[in-house]
Amino acid sequence: MSITYLEAIREAQAKLLRDDERVFIYGQDVGGTFGGAFKATKGLAKEFPGRVLNTPISEDAIVGTAIGAAMQGMRPIVEMQFADFSSIALNQILNNAGTHYWRTNLPVPITVRLPCGGTKGSGPFHSQSMESIYAHYPGLIVMTPATVEDAYTMLVEAVAIDDPVIYCEHKYLYYHLKADKLPEKGLPTGRARVAREGRDLTIVSYSAMVQESLAAAEELAREGFEVEVVDLRTVKPLDTDTVLASVARTGRLLCVGESFPWGGATAEVIARVTSQGFHLLDAAPQRLNAKDTPIPYHPNLWSAHRPNAKNIATKARGLLRE
Amino acid sequence: MLQTAQRSAKSKTKKAAPLHERFLEAFRWMLLARTLEEKLVSLYRGGLITGGVYIGKGQEAVSVACGLFLQKGDIFAPLIRDQAGRSAFGEPLLDVTRTYLGSRLGPMRGRDGNIHRGHPRKNELAMISHLGAMISVTVGALLAKRFKGEKNFVGLASIGEGGMQTGSFHEGMNIAAVEQVPLVVVATNNHYAYSTPNDREFACHDLVDRALGYGFEGYSLDGTDLAACLDVIGGAVKRARAGRPPQLVVASVLRLSGHGEHDDASYVTEEIKQQPFARDCLKVAEQTIIDLNLSDAETLAEWRKDAVAQVEEAIAAAQKEPAPEGDKEDWSAISTRDLVDSFE
Repeated sequence: MSITYLEAIREAQAKLLRDDERVFIYGQDVGGTFGGAFKATKGLAKEFPGRVLNTPISEDAIVGTAIGAAMQGMRPIVEMQFADFSSIALNQILNNAGTHYWRTNLPVPITVRLPCGGTKGSGPFHSQSMESIYAHYPGLIVMTPATVEDAYTMLVEAVAIDDPVIYCEHKYLYYHLKADKLPEKGLPTGRARVAREGRDLTIVSYSAMVQESLAAAEELAREGFEVEVVDLRTVKPLDTDTVLASVARTGRLLCVGESFPWGGATAEVIARVTSQGFHLLDAAPQRLNAKDTPIPYHPNLWSAHRPNAKNIATKARGLLRE
Repeated sequence: MLQTAQRSAKSKTKKAAPLHERFLEAFRWMLLARTLEEKLVSLYRGGLITGGVYIGKGQEAVSVACGLFLQKGDIFAPLIRDQAGRSAFGEPLLDVTRTYLGSRLGPMRGRDGNIHRGHPRKNELAMISHLGAMISVTVGALLAKRFKGEKNFVGLASIGEGGMQTGSFHEGMNIAAVEQVPLVVVATNNHYAYSTPNDREFACHDLVDRALGYGFEGYSLDGTDLAACLDVIGGAVKRARAGRPPQLVVASVLRLSGHGEHDDASYVTEEIKQQPFARDCLKVAEQTIIDLNLSDAETLAEWRKDAVAQVEEAIAAAQKEPAPEGDKEDWSAISTRDLVDSFE
């Protein structure tokens, strides 16, 4: 048997609906016989009548409704059809959910699923990675699973957490990643994972860029370099200790993220490593992000816009030579 | 006057005595709110309140009716000018004075101020400044109650004509109707969004006409007339509770203050001040009490005195309380302490 990243997300939701009567799913096209634009909720409306609900195209109200329900003890899972559209709900997520516990002492346990990242031909409005925006604001936990196993266990964990969780699921990984079976339990939330061990260079990454970084490491291994790859798993909280421990072993750091280059998770990792582990570095830390333009439609442009195994390896070679 | 109150809602004729009692009860909440807010204004002018002071002068009749008909288990999402409604709903005066004066013991503990306070665990939602956002939050709270199998509940969300022009408001109204939750939205048109008059806010003939477009039942009323407010808003709450579609009530008043106390409201025209909706609802209600002999001058004086005493007590108590201190804060925006990110 093999299970995809997308199926893992569906299975996690089925488990949550089965095990916890407080859970319901709310979003555009998630219900009925349709089961979501990507089929992440396929069959769930039938299996759990009245608990997988279609909504109007109203991202602000979808999240607002989830917040109100969470205040009254429910555990809503919101599916944004695409992460890009969550910009319409930024106010509810950042200013309402994100401030609520701090202001009133009552946390709002909503989970917002964001199908994020690029796929060929999707263009500027169906390809975005929003994790850095959400991580910038206080009051939210931001998950970025990079494996089938994490896609499953982290979603289950997200709903159990009493605070709002932004769960960034990568669309490119939906069908490309497969696992033999789903685990009962994953690493604790907030803990990064060493996805590949090495001693010459640390690549810190998350979400789909972990897979690209692993492929780059494989390529570099053929050239005799041993590259360590750290998968952050959550960008907030950010597991600085695991990153520093890796840099202590390798002395070199490259951060890779698919989001736009100004600020963001990669910049945050570099800021922390340079301020807390400057003495560990043998070379200036580097980062690689998407280009500072909207995400292009054409596959030729798209594949040149985002980091990939090839340009990660090129960037890494430069750093290894220093 | 009670019988001739302008209203477009139809409600069952009630017995005179309980109606009068409710009118007097509402008046006392209005009086308490006015007394409290006048005192807050003077504290602000004296430099004793940090941030802003936002009052509901002229809107107390509408507001009190919002709070008065809600019961235990109902949801109230008050807004900026809802002191009367908050009090009628059950908010202690100490919550107000603690929040305005920055007591560490208040519901917001110095983390948020003035009209942003709330007690979500007691179903008094804590508004955010982004208008319209609390409509869908109220919808969600009602949806949760339905999921949990609760019965006989309603939610009431307050908004102004300014807030009615946001996308968030529109989305919230639409989703409320889609979900068919027992929601009442009370919109007070106080004729100014900060300094902007109605003609630069919207261009529809009448805001209540939007009810039809949203799938709400709509009613409008003269918000300076307490009897009309009690009748129409009370009726809307009753209908929502009975399972009718969501209810929109649009009340017309004039904001008898600045947007906040920092604002002298010099842009409010003399012409608009002469309009019928520019009357002071508290004075109108008091005149009704006198005209209909619902109470006597001595009792009114007593109530006034009692309101002042309550307000002074709440202020004195909050003033004695400790302020929050930066080095004693835990600075955690999430409740799951082991997931707090650390920044060195």
